[in-house]
Amino acid sequence: MRGLPPVAITALVFVAGFALCTAQFPNFASTRVVANLLTDNAFLGIVATGMTFVIISGGIDLSVGSVIGFTTVFVALAIERLGVPPLIAFAAILLLCAAFGAAMGAIIHVFDMPPFIVTLAGMFLARGASFLMSTESTPISAPLYSTVSDFALRLPGGGRLTAIALIMLAVVAAGAVLLHFTRFGANVYALGGSRTTTALMGIPVGSMTVRIYMLSSVLAGLAGIVFSFYTAAGYSLSAVGVELDSIAAVVIGGTLLTGGQGSVVGTLLGVLIQGLIQTYINFDGTLSSWWTKIVTGILLFAFIALQQAMLGIARRSGPRKAGVLKS
Amino acid sequence: MMQRLLQSRGLPQIIALLVILVIDRAVSPQFFDLRMLDGRLFGSLIDVLNRGAPVALLSLGMVLVIATRGIDLSVGAVMAISGAIAASLADQHGLPIALAAALGAGLLCGLWNGFLVAVLGIQPIVATLILMVAGRGVAQLITEGRIVTFTAPDLVWLGNGAVFGAPTPVAVVLGMLIVTGAVVRGSALGLLIEATGGNARASELAGIGTRAMILAVYVWCGLCAALAGVIAAADIMGADANNAGLWLELDAILAVVIGGTSLFGGRFSLVLAMVGALIIQAMNTGILLSGYPPEFNLLVKAAVVLIVLLLQSPWLASVGAVLGRARQ
Repeated sequence: MRGLPPVAITALVFVAGFALCTAQFPNFASTRVVANLLTDNAFLGIVATGMTFVIISGGIDLSVGSVIGFTTVFVALAIERLGVPPLIAFAAILLLCAAFGAAMGAIIHVFDMPPFIVTLAGMFLARGASFLMSTESTPISAPLYSTVSDFALRLPGGGRLTAIALIMLAVVAAGAVLLHFTRFGANVYALGGSRTTTALMGIPVGSMTVRIYMLSSVLAGLAGIVFSFYTAAGYSLSAVGVELDSIAAVVIGGTLLTGGQGSVVGTLLGVLIQGLIQTYINFDGTLSSWWTKIVTGILLFAFIALQQAMLGIARRSGPRKAGVLKS
Repeated sequence: MMQRLLQSRGLPQIIALLVILVIDRAVSPQFFDLRMLDGRLFGSLIDVLNRGAPVALLSLGMVLVIATRGIDLSVGAVMAISGAIAASLADQHGLPIALAAALGAGLLCGLWNGFLVAVLGIQPIVATLILMVAGRGVAQLITEGRIVTFTAPDLVWLGNGAVFGAPTPVAVVLGMLIVTGAVVRGSALGLLIEATGGNARASELAGIGTRAMILAVYVWCGLCAALAGVIAAADIMGADANNAGLWLELDAILAVVIGGTSLFGGRFSLVLAMVGALIIQAMNTGILLSGYPPEFNLLVKAAVVLIVLLLQSPWLASVGAVLGRARQ
């Protein structure tokens, strides 16, 4: 399994954190808390799954937060103002997101531009477009929304595994299969390892780049739909800064920001660790929510330093191995 | 002809700035009017300079960082930290201590970023992401989650006063530009920075202390960001840890890129980065004056980023070369 050791460390951090919380608050270890953890971070889990693909391929996508905001406004206006059936609105927005991602991927590939700056433009564009559609929060009252928010699998102990949590788990599972067991996934790793080598191997770098950014934008759109289920409203300022949260989740999940290494499961753990910090702060009641940012920053540093140390070790032992093979 | 026009440094940027100013003039007939009031100049043009000061300061540090093939995402968070420190110290301890503490904090932040990039060898985007995420939390810690206000007149002067008729922020930017320009272009330092960005390995072998160079540019960037944070706080006579400098790192990067400095490092221009910052601010002001909703701002910015990217891309250069050959 690629990228297992960092994932193991992430899992360890999560378990240790959970144990710490349980030691302090005995009520913590309940299916209720776990189910809420999954529900509250459902949109982040979906968007971070897409981000994992982008980062493993050696890129970055700063536009995802704005795409979520755009999606919530688009869906809310389509359903409430235009009377479009929700499912058709969902299909339309996912198509739109796919086109948006494909366009960013195409620009990155054709003009040979850094993904950072291209997706930055995408971020401005999507946020600006959602402001133009509406600057007010639009509540959504379609029957589908109440059905979805009422639906939940009851867990022993009173936990409610909601529909959006289930969607998130399904996306993570599908993402893991796509990344680890398909040719597409293997190509994503290859692209992150070295673009030139990948091109020389005969993998179509251009279409891969387009498809990876398309995937990220579609998942951001899906996250936006889930977010609109979560808040039952569309607001152009929603999900500001989510791109940072999802990048942080991916890095804490053990994915190398230089690309070529990582896993979707690790990303899910990274999302859950961030959720855990938030839940701890809620339980404590006296800490302010900005501690989340500080602790996330410290965790980010710890994981990046760890990656750097592992890279250093790999580099030192790499050439020697190659020498042995040659002789 | 087209090729040569695009390659002559600075001309496209200056033309772009003039075009935007002319559009602003068309939108608002009083745009070029200047008035002298209480020993300070007023007018839309002065306003563009004044409002653009924080981004101009940020891009002054950012341009050096980008020239070494790096990037500093944390400048907005550093602004929030230094603004919070200056605002909470100003009333009790006076300007010198507040300013020293705020700039010292910026220096430390820059040192941290530089340490991560130069010594630990972490990718600049990632290294500065840490402070970008955590920095705003630290600023909240300093202000205890409140918006700290102050009335100390000398700190307020820094944001709202005037020096020889020009608003203080503009004077500060000009001073910093001259200092930075003198240090960087008056010595071989600028060349060494460009060499580091062009090819770090080759520069190292040629005897340039690339690590020290990278560390220095991040420290300078932190210092500029701290100064921008103090000015932003002085301007509104308060520190808002949530919103001070929010997304300004993107504006600063945009200003540098518009100024023709490549994100891949190498050749840079301080003055053109300033022109880039002015272009962004002239657009903002123009949209406000035109009465369009300020939301248009982001769309216009997105369009500008794309156009600048296309102009800089290797693809256009190759198309231009092909066209040139065909003409010959």
